[in-house]
Amino acid sequence: MTPKSITVALVGNPNAGKSTLFNALSGLRQHVGNYPGVTVEMKKGHFTFDGSRIDLIDLPGTYSLAARSPDELVAVDLLLGRRPEEPAPDAVLSIVDASNLDRHLYLTTQLLDLGQPVVVAVNMIDVAAAQGIIVDCAALTREFGIPFVPVQANRGIGLDVLQRTLFEAAKSQTAPQRLVLPAALESETAALVEHLGAGVSAFQARRLILDVSGSTENWFVAQRGASLQSTLVEIRSRLAAAGCPVPAVEAKTRFARIREAVAKCVTKPAIRPIGRTDRIDKVLTHRVWGTLVFFAVLFFVFVSIFWAADPLMDLIDTATQWLSAQVEGAMPVGPLRSLLTGGVIAGVGGIIKFLPQILILFAFIAVLEDCGYMARAAFLMDRIMSRCGLSGKSFIPLLSSVACAIPGIMATRVIENRRDRLATILVAPLISCSARLPVYALMIGMFLPKEEYSVWARGLVLFAMYMVGFLAAPAVALLLRKTLLRGERSLFVMELPAYKRPSLPMIVRRVYDAGWSFLRRAGTVILATMILVWAALYFPNTSPEGYKYEERVEALEAVAKLDNDEIREQLGDNRFDSDLAKLGVDVTLLPELLREDAAKKASATKGEHQRNSYLGRTGRWMEPVFEPLGWDWRIGVAVLASFPAREVIVGTMAILYEVDDEDDNKKNDQLQSAMREDWNASPVRGRHRIPVALSVMVFFALCCQCASTLAVIRRETRSWSWPAFTFVYMTTLAYIGAFVVFQVGRLIWY
Amino acid sequence: MIPLSTVKPGQFARVETIFGEPALVQRLYEFGLLEGEEVEMVALAPLGDPVEIRIGNTRLSLRVREAECVTVSILR
Repeated sequence: MTPKSITVALVGNPNAGKSTLFNALSGLRQHVGNYPGVTVEMKKGHFTFDGSRIDLIDLPGTYSLAARSPDELVAVDLLLGRRPEEPAPDAVLSIVDASNLDRHLYLTTQLLDLGQPVVVAVNMIDVAAAQGIIVDCAALTREFGIPFVPVQANRGIGLDVLQRTLFEAAKSQTAPQRLVLPAALESETAALVEHLGAGVSAFQARRLILDVSGSTENWFVAQRGASLQSTLVEIRSRLAAAGCPVPAVEAKTRFARIREAVAKCVTKPAIRPIGRTDRIDKVLTHRVWGTLVFFAVLFFVFVSIFWAADPLMDLIDTATQWLSAQVEGAMPVGPLRSLLTGGVIAGVGGIIKFLPQILILFAFIAVLEDCGYMARAAFLMDRIMSRCGLSGKSFIPLLSSVACAIPGIMATRVIENRRDRLATILVAPLISCSARLPVYALMIGMFLPKEEYSVWARGLVLFAMYMVGFLAAPAVALLLRKTLLRGERSLFVMELPAYKRPSLPMIVRRVYDAGWSFLRRAGTVILATMILVWAALYFPNTSPEGYKYEERVEALEAVAKLDNDEIREQLGDNRFDSDLAKLGVDVTLLPELLREDAAKKASATKGEHQRNSYLGRTGRWMEPVFEPLGWDWRIGVAVLASFPAREVIVGTMAILYEVDDEDDNKKNDQLQSAMREDWNASPVRGRHRIPVALSVMVFFALCCQCASTLAVIRRETRSWSWPAFTFVYMTTLAYIGAFVVFQVGRLIWY
Repeated sequence: MIPLSTVKPGQFARVETIFGEPALVQRLYEFGLLEGEEVEMVALAPLGDPVEIRIGNTRLSLRVREAECVTVSILR
C-alpha cells in the first residue's frame, strides 16, 4: 500500500513570516488552491519527508479563529474538515513571532481547541535575540504539551527539525491538551452542543457563544432560525451574571495562561529597550515628516513606473509590429493572415505590453509591504479615504491605477474588508490610466492645435481629464458604499508591524506570481475578445461589388511602393509626355502623383472595408445613439472597436479617416489635420469641434474600455457579475458624462 | 478616566474599560489590549485620525471613533 499523504494547515498572524515559511518549506512546488466562495487566495504546496508526501495549505493570515467574515469562516471550516473539497488536516502548523510571543500564542491556544495535533514554529528567534528576548522552546514544549520548534524562516534555519516534528505529530494523531476555560463557560458549551444536536462540535458551540454577531452565529442563525439568537443572548447574560462576560472571558483566560507560561519560558529585559521600529516610527508616522516621506516615496514609485516601463513597452510594441510584418510577408492575403496579425498578435502584444508596469509596481509593493511600510502609508491616508467610504488601504491600489488599473486591482488584495476591497476594485478603472494618455493627446492635438492655443490651455485640458477620474472614483465609491455595498463601517484596527529588511526571494516570488497570474488568466479572456472584435471588423471581407478588400489594398499598396523607373515601365511609352508638358504638367512629378493616388485609394479601401464590416454597419445603425454626444458614425465605430482596449481608437481613427500610415509621428499629424478638415466640413461638428472633442475625451475618461481590466476583476472577485456591473455602470456613466459635456459645451461655444 | 483618543503622543496610560461593537471589543482583546494593560500613544495621522498606539510589542492603528471606545487613566 502506498503511504497516505499527510495534509498540514499553516496558520498564523499576519506578519509572522507565514508566507516566508510556506515558500521555504514548499519551494516551487506550489499552486493556488481553488475554494469556491473565497475571495482570498489559499496556496497549496508540498514537500517530501522520509519518503512521505506532506501537503501544505497556506491559510490567510488571521489574529484569531473568531470568524468575522465569510472568508475567515471558510478557513475555519477547512481546519474543522467541514469543506467538501478538503479533508480535515492531519496536523496544524502554527507560526508565531518570537519577539511578540504573548500575542501570537493567543491564536495557538485557539488552535488547540480544534483537536488536531499542533506544532508551533517559533519564527524570528534572531530578531527577538537582538532585542534581548530569549525563548526557551524546550520549556514551552513542556508547558503546553505540544512541540515548539525554533526557526528562522527567511534563512531556512530549523526547517529540517520542523519537518520531522510535523511528520511525527501528524503520524501520532494525538489530540493536544486544550486550554480549559472557566467552568461556567464550559458547562454552557456542553449544554449548547446537546441542544444543537448531532453534527455540531464543541468548537463551533464555543465560537457561537463567544463571537457575538460573528460569522458562525450568522451562519447557524440562518440555518436554525431566530430562536437560536435568543438562546445565545440568554446564555451570554447567564455567563455575564456568573462573572464570565463575553467576549472578555476568552481573552482574559487565554492571556492569563499564556503570560504564566511565558514568564517561565521567556527571558526579557526588565525595561523594554527603545528599538529600531520605535525610532523609525518617530519619523515615518509623524504628522509632518511622515507625510513628506510618504509623498516622496509615491513620487519615486510612479516616476519609476513610467520611466522604467516606457522603453520596455516600446520594445514590446516594436517586437509585436515586427512579428506582424513577418507574418504578413510570409502568408498570403486572407482571413487567416488577418486573424493572426490583427487578432492574435495584436491581442497578445496588447496584453504583454502591460507586463513591465505590473512587474515594476509589484516589486515596489512587495518591498514596501515586506519591510512594513505599507501599513504606515495606509495609516497616513486613512482619514482622507474614509471620507468616501474606503479605508487607508485603498489608497495605494487607486494611485497605482494611474499607471494601469490591472496592477491597481491586483494590489487590492491587501484590503481584508470585503466591501472595502470590492468598492476599491470597482472604482479603480475610473482613474485615468496610461492607456488613456494617447487618446487625450490625439484629441488635444486635434482641437487645440499648437498654433492656436498655448501650452497652458492644452495642459489644463489634460489635467481636467485626469481630474474627471480623480473626482468620479471617490464619488462612485461613496455611492456604492451607501447602496450596493452598504454594511457596517469597517473596523480599522490595523497592526503596524515591526520594520524589517525585505527578503529578496519573497519579492521575486510575489512579482513572479503577479506577472504569471496576469498573463495566464487575463490572457485567455482578452485574447478571445480581441479575436471577436477582429472578426466583427473584418467580416464581410468582400465588397458588394465582389472584390476582396485586402487584395485590392495589397495591389494598391504595391503600386505605392514602386520607384519612378518601375512606374514608367508600367505606363509603357512616353509619347504623351510632350503633350502633357504643353498643358503645363510637370511629367517628372507623374510617378509621385500616381503613388500618392494609389496610397490614398488603399486607405480609402481599408476605410470602406471597415465601414462595411459588421462592426461598421452596427456603428452606422447606432448613429442616432451617438448623435446626442455630437459624434458621427466614424467616431462611434472607433469607440465601439476600442472597447476591448482603448488605445485601439488611435489606429481605428487613422483607418476610418483614411490616412496612409508611413511613420507614426507623421501619421498622427496627418490624422489630426484630416479630422479637422472633416469636422470643419460637417455642419454640427464644424461649429462644435471643442465640445465634440471634450465629449469623446470624457467618454474615454469614464468608460471601461479594457477587456484585461474586466478579466482581472473577474479573476479577483471570482464572479462574472462584478465585471458585468463595472462595465454597465462605467459605460452608462461615460455616456451621461459625454452627453452633458457636449450639450453644455454646445451652449458655451455657441 | 479619559478616552484613549485624547491621550497625547508620547504619553503612557492604563486601560480601564473597553466598550462598543462586539467585533471591535473582541478584536482589541485579541490584540492584547486588556483592562489593566499599559498603552503608549505613539503618533497621530496628519488629520488627527487615526492614531497609532503600542501595547507591549504590538503597534496598532485605531480610528478616533474606535479609540473613543477605550477609557484609560494617564500614567505618565
